[in-house]
Amino acid sequence: MKNLLSASELSRDDIVRILDTANEMSGVNDREIKKLPTLRGKTVVNLFFEDSTRTRISFEVAAKRLSADVINFAAKGSSVSKGESLKDTAQTLEAMGADAVVIRHYASGAAHTLAHSGWINGAIVNAGDGTHEHPTQALLDAYTLRESVHGHAALGKGLDGLRVAIVGDIAHSRVARSNLTMLQALGAEVHLIAPATLLPGALASRASSFSYSLDESIACHHFDAIMMLRVQSERMSASFFPSEREYSKIWGLNAERLSRLGENTRVMHPGPMNRGLEIDATSADSKNSLVLRQVANGVSVRMAVLYELMAGGAQ
Amino acid sequence: MSSRTVLSASDIDRAVTRIAHEILESNHGVANLVILGIPTRGTFLAKRIVDVIARTEDIDPAEVLGQLDITMYRDDLSNNPTRAVGQTNIPSGGLDSKVVVLVDDVLFSGRTIRAALDALNDYGRPSAVRLAVLIDRGHRELPIRADFVGKNLPTSSVERIRVHLAESDEQNQVVIEG
Amino acid sequence: MNDFTLISATLPNGSVANIVVSNGFIAHIGAEVRGEQIDAQGLVALPGFVDLHTHLREPGFEQSETILTGTRAAALGGYTAVHAMANTHPVADTAGVVEQVKTLGDEAGYVQVQPIGAVTVGLEGKQLAELGAMAQSKAQVRVFSDDGKCVSDPVLMRRALAYVKSFGGVIAQHAQEPRLTENSQMHEGAVSSELGLAGWPAVAEESIIARDVLLAEAVGSRIHICHLSTAGSVEIVRWAKQRGINVTAEVTPHHLLLTDELARGYDPVFKVNPPLRTAADVMALREALVDGTIDIVATDHAPHPTESKDCEWAAAAFGMLGLETAASIAQDVLIESGASNWQRFADVMSTVPASISGIEGQGQPLEVGSAANIALIDPSAKRTIQDGGASKSDNQPYRGMTLPGAVIHTIFRGVFTVRDSKLSR
Repeated sequence: MKNLLSASELSRDDIVRILDTANEMSGVNDREIKKLPTLRGKTVVNLFFEDSTRTRISFEVAAKRLSADVINFAAKGSSVSKGESLKDTAQTLEAMGADAVVIRHYASGAAHTLAHSGWINGAIVNAGDGTHEHPTQALLDAYTLRESVHGHAALGKGLDGLRVAIVGDIAHSRVARSNLTMLQALGAEVHLIAPATLLPGALASRASSFSYSLDESIACHHFDAIMMLRVQSERMSASFFPSEREYSKIWGLNAERLSRLGENTRVMHPGPMNRGLEIDATSADSKNSLVLRQVANGVSVRMAVLYELMAGGAQ
Repeated sequence: MSSRTVLSASDIDRAVTRIAHEILESNHGVANLVILGIPTRGTFLAKRIVDVIARTEDIDPAEVLGQLDITMYRDDLSNNPTRAVGQTNIPSGGLDSKVVVLVDDVLFSGRTIRAALDALNDYGRPSAVRLAVLIDRGHRELPIRADFVGKNLPTSSVERIRVHLAESDEQNQVVIEG
Repeated sequence: MNDFTLISATLPNGSVANIVVSNGFIAHIGAEVRGEQIDAQGLVALPGFVDLHTHLREPGFEQSETILTGTRAAALGGYTAVHAMANTHPVADTAGVVEQVKTLGDEAGYVQVQPIGAVTVGLEGKQLAELGAMAQSKAQVRVFSDDGKCVSDPVLMRRALAYVKSFGGVIAQHAQEPRLTENSQMHEGAVSSELGLAGWPAVAEESIIARDVLLAEAVGSRIHICHLSTAGSVEIVRWAKQRGINVTAEVTPHHLLLTDELARGYDPVFKVNPPLRTAADVMALREALVDGTIDIVATDHAPHPTESKDCEWAAAAFGMLGLETAASIAQDVLIESGASNWQRFADVMSTVPASISGIEGQGQPLEVGSAANIALIDPSAKRTIQDGGASKSDNQPYRGMTLPGAVIHTIFRGVFTVRDSKLSR
């Protein structure tokens, strides 16, 4: 595999292999010396055109634990904000000998453009492009879910037969797009729940079901996991919904709704959470919540991805 | 291509049994002993060695037997397509102050063992590390030697040694091809 | 001026004849031969093409195209007249700018360059530009458009429609409801949902067209719709025409051939406004061109420099080249499909656009006494498109595609601007 641009490029076997590798990587993260020599002498550039401290740090730790050199390149305050194009930036990184570029960009398709433009030879990892995809988030969500369901017997397994609800701003969520594809590839059912303004028909038609009502969905289905998406307040100013209060009342996860979910329904959130908006404190901190596991697993999954893309030589 | 069998199933059994006894003898029993197989076939051999030991000694195999994947410590990763990573299981007692016996099927260039020693370094500080192999075929590229050898098998470097173990290959034998 | 004869050319009605050109006019059609003989056997002779929608970029954006390079591309495409869109810098919203554009066109001498005037000052949609002054200038502007932007204010649109009646003008509307298309990147549909690119919904075009045909009816004016791109727009125009509203509509070559599926590779060469639509829209547009609901093919030739396309999709400019490939795509839709004929081809590429604009000496049928503006095309040729051609820019969406037909000669006012598919100077 040369690049990781979108969930749709990965076969089930690819995903399971990466999750299995991530499982080994998590062993490294638990031991005293949390370092492997695997990518010694290689350089990973974190090219972030959009602020995301969590994702950047997660990739940085992952690369460092594999002994790669890490260069963080934030667009703000750099020549990029002075009008330097993506192309010029990419060629600069190429000249510096980047073996992999982890790119977070506000434009959908930016990672794809970087990978196919011929500007750069290194591996490209999409760390979130606009409202398109965020494949490493989907991998860590799948990993977290698999770990929670199968425990120590997770190796080699998918998510067959699991029923997962994704709730919230589907329309603008790269996490939802990547998860829809990846969870389905692993054999899970995906159900989408959102206000009609935030649920594009083309995505709804790919789901096992879609609904505009969280309460109806909870009544109709037993979900093994419910994934709450972050709602950005700019959506409210663009009239996708009238107020935070109304959103939270109709589509938010709260203690009362949590009690109507199954005893084992796992609660997930890609973070950062808007507590009190799409999720309340009781749900976020309940025993059903996998939110902290998601954060912890981010490093292992990203180590697996960097290993997959960078460790091998010419095919 | 010609091929000939150099160890039969019973030859392998005898070699494993002998190695097991040599390990016990040199270690003066099972105290502080940890036996780590190197995937894939080293793992099976390590299991067989521990099974032999368990016949005469009072041990909990889970505290003696483990496996050590060295993929991420290899020095030839970038010469090949990305390899699948194997599993590492270290017995719950850890490796500090233990006598670790690494088990592999064939000792050749020594680079796998070099990688294994690097990996061990990251897991703890054993009091001693020993090496057990079913076949030592020579052609070492590093200053490494085995402490317990099933069979020394001088080979030409163009020949290939195939170790078949029932756990993965349906039968038990060692074959030379070339 | 030398006389010459095109020997055995096929006329749009299918008959074969010699065409004698003398002093810039067609002097004879029949068996006679006069002056130099040019073999036109197997070539279809058509009235020189007239593009109602061309971005020549000069003044202001000469790094993309100049009037010289744009009109050279036009001549290679079989055109003898182009209408230069107003979104230059400065905007063509005064008599001075439109006269300058016309003068530069005349100096280049490849085709007749007819400026289009802006409807509103600076294309800002706030205040009417001096439409009358532009109409009365040497440029004789009759077509007004804020193309690139929509005249979205209904009051302003109503006034503009009415005002241009004073001098026989027409408003060419770029139908795009601005609020519905804020930050839009591509057609809103299944593909945009998957790619995460902000959608440009069909209704943003259709709602403006519906409003404007009703306004035109209320005001008793005529209206021209630029680059129709959706099946729904076709339905509205069809309805308006049945109702007797004086509406004309154009379609671009790319909307007749390409679909939003091409966005999947995030290659900005396929980023255009209005966006490439679905296959169903393409089919509806092709049918509408055949049945007359859509009146003309207009290129919306929109050159952009490399740096505007060699970037991520969202940062790229809208627009694609079209002058040198338009005839091939019209041939594909009308002739190769078996759906229509060369007479219709002449109508959509020349006669009707000339009549919408009222441009003189263009779009005349191939008859004795008509100005000798003639395109000769070899319908049996196949061309694989390699590059941007004569345009100064390279945003060629058809690269690698094989298209039917080739323009062999273009004659502008009795002079070869293109001979044997090469510019004659």
